[in-house]
Amino acid sequence: MGLDRNQIAWRIAQDIADGSYVNLGIGMPELVADFIPEGREIVFHSENGLLGMGPKPPKDREDHDLMNAGKKPVTLVPGGAYFHHTDSFLMVRGGHLDLCVLGAYQISETGDLANWATDSDTRLPAVGGAMDLAAGTPRVVAMTTHCARDGTPKLLGECTFPLTAAGVVDRVYTDLAVIDVTPAGFVAREIVDGMTLDELRDRTGARLTAAENLGILKAPALGDAAG
Amino acid sequence: MRGIQDIPRWTQPLRTRKEDAGRGRQLIDKRVTSFEQALAGIEDGSTILVSGFGNAGSPIELLEALVDQGARELTVVSNNAGEGEFGLAALMRAGRVRKIICSYPITSGSVVVDELHAAGKIELEVAPQGTISERMRAAAAGIGGFYTRTSAGTRLGEGKETREFDGHPHVLERPLKGDVALLRAKTGDRWGNLIYNMTARNFGPTVAMAADLTIAQVDETVDAGELDPEIIVTPGIFVDRVLRVPRRA
Repeated sequence: MGLDRNQIAWRIAQDIADGSYVNLGIGMPELVADFIPEGREIVFHSENGLLGMGPKPPKDREDHDLMNAGKKPVTLVPGGAYFHHTDSFLMVRGGHLDLCVLGAYQISETGDLANWATDSDTRLPAVGGAMDLAAGTPRVVAMTTHCARDGTPKLLGECTFPLTAAGVVDRVYTDLAVIDVTPAGFVAREIVDGMTLDELRDRTGARLTAAENLGILKAPALGDAAG
Repeated sequence: MRGIQDIPRWTQPLRTRKEDAGRGRQLIDKRVTSFEQALAGIEDGSTILVSGFGNAGSPIELLEALVDQGARELTVVSNNAGEGEFGLAALMRAGRVRKIICSYPITSGSVVVDELHAAGKIELEVAPQGTISERMRAAAAGIGGFYTRTSAGTRLGEGKETREFDGHPHVLERPLKGDVALLRAKTGDRWGNLIYNMTARNFGPTVAMAADLTIAQVDETVDAGELDPEIIVTPGIFVDRVLRVPRRA
C-alpha cells in the first residue's frame, strides 16, 4: 500500500519550486535529485563546497577530488561553483538555501528533529552537518518511513532520541502520508490510497488531524531502475 | 641616528627569504624542499588544524611525515578522524594524538579512531561541522566569540551559554585557533598563494587562516606571478611553508 523509497523521493521532488537552492541529506534524500520534473532547474548544494551538483559520473570519469557530502563521486553541472567550507556553511547557517531534505529517526509534533544519534547507537557519535542544516535552512522537510522497522512510530509527541534541532521541521513525507507540522501539531495533507485517517493515526505517536482538503498520496510506479 | 637595536619590529620578518642567486637580492620564498623543513618546529602539545573532507584535500603525506617529526600529545582538528592506516589514521596509530575535534568520526574504514577510543587512548570531541568551521574562521578574524542557532537545545549545546535572539535560542561558541595548520592544495607559488582542486578545497582556506604556522602540501609549485591573481583562493599572507608532494596516482 505504501510508497517505496523512490516514490517518496518522487513525491518530494514534485513540491520543489523551480529555481530553488536545495541541500539533500545523506542517504535516502539523495534520491530526490533523480525525480526533479522536466523543465525545472534546481541547484543542489553539497556541504563540502559545491553548488550545482550533478549526478554521479561514469566509472572511468570519477575524480576523488569531486565528491558529495556522502564522499561519493559526483559531477558539476554547467553554472556550478566550488567554494570553501566556511562559505559553504555560511550558506547553510545563514539561511541562504531555500530547502533541505533530511532523513529522520524521529520527528515531534512541534517540529523537533532527531536524525543523528539513537540511544542504542554503539558507534561513535557523528553529527556532520546535520545540526547546521536543520537549524539554519528556512524550510526543512523530513523524508522517512512512517514507522521504524519494528513498527514503532517515528512521528511522536516528543522525540526520545537526542535532538538535531528543536522546532525546525515544516513537513514530513513518509511512505504513508504527507504531513505538515503546524502550531496545532501534525496535520495530514495526503494519505496513501486505501488507508483511512484512523489507520494512519494508529501508526502515529502523536495527535494527528486531517487538512480540510485531505488528498490521496500517489506516485507512479518507478521501479528500482529509476533510482 | 637610530642604533641598529632600535630598528622597529616591522623590519624583522625575513624568515622565509632566500638568496636570489646571481642578482644579489633577498626574495620571499615560502617553498621548502623536504618534509623536515616543512614540519620543523612543531612542538609537543600543539593544536593542529587539518584540511580535508574524507580523503579529498587531506594532507596525507604531511600527516605521515609528522610521525617521523615526532611531536606528541597533539590536539587535532579535522572534519573526519582518518580511515585505513594512512594519513591522520597513521598519526593516531603512532600514539601522537591526545585529542581529536571533529564532526564525523565514522567513515568506512575508520578503524583506528574506533580502537583508540574504545581503549580510552584518545579523547573525542564531536561538534557540528559548520560550528568547527566558523570557530576557526572566528579565530582567523580576531573574533572573541559568536552566537549560533546550531546545536541550541541539543546534547551538543549543553553547558554552553545560551541567549535568545529574534525569538530563537543561540549558543555561544569560542574561536578555535591552531598552533599549526596542515593542508593540501593544488598549486602554491613562491609567495605562498594557493589554489585548490574542485571539492578538495573544503577546509583548506579556513585552516590556513586560523593557525600561527600554516604548512601547505601542493601538487605543484610555481614562481610568483604565475598564478592568475583573480583566481587565488588563499593569499600567501596566510601561508608560511609550501612543500611540493607529487600527487599519488
